[in-house]
Amino acid sequence: MVIAIGFEGSANKLGVGIVKDSVVLANPRITYITPPGEGFMPKETAQHHRQHVLSVLKKALSEAKIQTKDIDVVCYTKGPGMGAPLATVAIVARTVAQLWNKPILGVNHCIGHIEMGRLITGAKNPTVLYVSGGNTQIIAYARKRYRIFGETIDIAVGNCLDRFARVLKISNDPSPGYNIEQLAKKGEKYVPLPYCVKGMDVSFSGILSYMEDRTDNLLKEGYTPEDLCFSLQETIFAMLVETTERALAHCNSSEVLIVGGVGCNLRLQEMMSVMCEERGAKLFATDERFCIDNGVMIAHAGAEMFRSGTIMKWEDSTVTQRYRTDEVETTWRDD
Amino acid sequence: MKDFQLMKQGAEARLYSGTYLGKPTVVKERFVKKYRHKHLDDVLTKERIKAETRAVVRCKAVGINTPVLYLVDFDRRMIFMEQFVHSITLKDFIESNETDVLCNLALIIGKIIGKMHEGNVVHGDLTSSNILLVNLHNRDIFSNIEDLKIVLIDFGLAHTDCSAEDKGVDLYVLERALISTHAVADKIFPKIMEGYVKHYKNGSKEVVCKYEEVRARGRKRTMVG
Ligand SMILES: Nc1ncnc2c1ncn2[C@@H]1O[C@H](COP(=O)(O)OP(=O)(O)O)[C@@H](O)[C@H]1O
Ligand SMILES: [Mg+2]
Repeated sequence: MVIAIGFEGSANKLGVGIVKDSVVLANPRITYITPPGEGFMPKETAQHHRQHVLSVLKKALSEAKIQTKDIDVVCYTKGPGMGAPLATVAIVARTVAQLWNKPILGVNHCIGHIEMGRLITGAKNPTVLYVSGGNTQIIAYARKRYRIFGETIDIAVGNCLDRFARVLKISNDPSPGYNIEQLAKKGEKYVPLPYCVKGMDVSFSGILSYMEDRTDNLLKEGYTPEDLCFSLQETIFAMLVETTERALAHCNSSEVLIVGGVGCNLRLQEMMSVMCEERGAKLFATDERFCIDNGVMIAHAGAEMFRSGTIMKWEDSTVTQRYRTDEVETTWRDD
Repeated sequence: MKDFQLMKQGAEARLYSGTYLGKPTVVKERFVKKYRHKHLDDVLTKERIKAETRAVVRCKAVGINTPVLYLVDFDRRMIFMEQFVHSITLKDFIESNETDVLCNLALIIGKIIGKMHEGNVVHGDLTSSNILLVNLHNRDIFSNIEDLKIVLIDFGLAHTDCSAEDKGVDLYVLERALISTHAVADKIFPKIMEGYVKHYKNGSKEVVCKYEEVRARGRKRTMVG
């Protein structure tokens, strides 16, 4: 039996999760929300995490109804992410690990998403679309690593959505992406936008600058904000589905798993499932509890590492802003 | 279309095989993608068919093996082309051959890509699924490189009249596709580059620079969230 606690704070979400042999015991989370038109900055985000981390930790422990002595391993996000928030949360993880006298493990954030997704959905060996505020990758497992088949060559899809939300001054509560999704449902007129895929890679910076330059004019021409949200979603999600399909065909895979914060967008899920149907594949996705950054994804991936014998020295329990998914050897998978 | 059999579902199209004007033929149908907006789907499909047609013609002109096109039908979203009956994908070939054989082959592939870029065509989706090895004597034997010709296919994302950066991206896409798919990629890809540079004398220097830039950008990208 393994009980693991996980600390996540690589971006504007702060979460502490506890798992016991792949059963979620607690997963509280709190989000740093900025005013409309503003993004979150490292310093303020770190401040937010510092202010709330102990209360979130207490909440996790009391919900899980466990004693700290029952914990086998303390896990935290090593990267990738924003430096200051990552460091803030890592310090707390190191401190409690010392206090409770437990081993510590740094977890790759992207791997956390993938393993969480596999756990919740039961997908065995899926081609993974990982889409969030800072990441856009198409990943498949091979030879002891999660290999990156495709990715954004500039900004992440979530970043594109968030920054477009700022152009329209859409609220960041609960998240810009959620609010764009709601507006898009009422959109009717489709505006053709730049569409950019290169093999299994995608690019969003062109479409974002197009939107930044043209939004005022488009609104004057009679398009509504809803139409623009709709058109943006239709275009960028089509790019994601197309490149995922390329990877699926190339790997002969028959499962798709969507993870990451943008992954709870129901329109994206719907488009992906239509694509899957057209080629006899199966789609797996999760809802906002597990798609969006959370503590359990770190706890669960850490528990898998722990079970397979991974050990981290204290002096290695640092953070890193750049940490690619394919850098980690997946010691816990032997297929 | 009667007598044509579904052969494969590729990355974006369905491939049917049959006979057209007495010749073994593949029909590549870019069927309607219901997941995407109708307008976008129509525009993309037309673009891809155009790109594929144009690039195949240009490749032929500069001496690169591609399927001969028999018929392009925009209304039915189809291209009829020469079928390579006795062929395997580079992907399957890599998985069933020794490294030194693959390295020799890689040199030739590099040369072909160099020639293509010299002719100002970027493929746009260079992967080991989109390169075919065809037996020259109409037999299903693929053990001897001398008996094989290398054919490039799937030009839907191709561009003609492209910049050094486009060519650099083309190489980067290929490198990544190989690394993620094949354990021997780190042996093969340098050989492809070697063959590329050797053939594409006045031009490859700038392209390789761009390729390295694109690659470094990938490594440096920070990822938040
Ligand atoms: N002319 C051809 N002769 C023989 N096989 C072909 C031919 N064209 C395509 N194929 C096979 O069909 C697969 C998919 O074709 P491709 O043109 O790459 O379509 P997609 O864009 O859907 O990937 C190829 O990987 C190859 O195995
Ligand atoms: Mg193909």
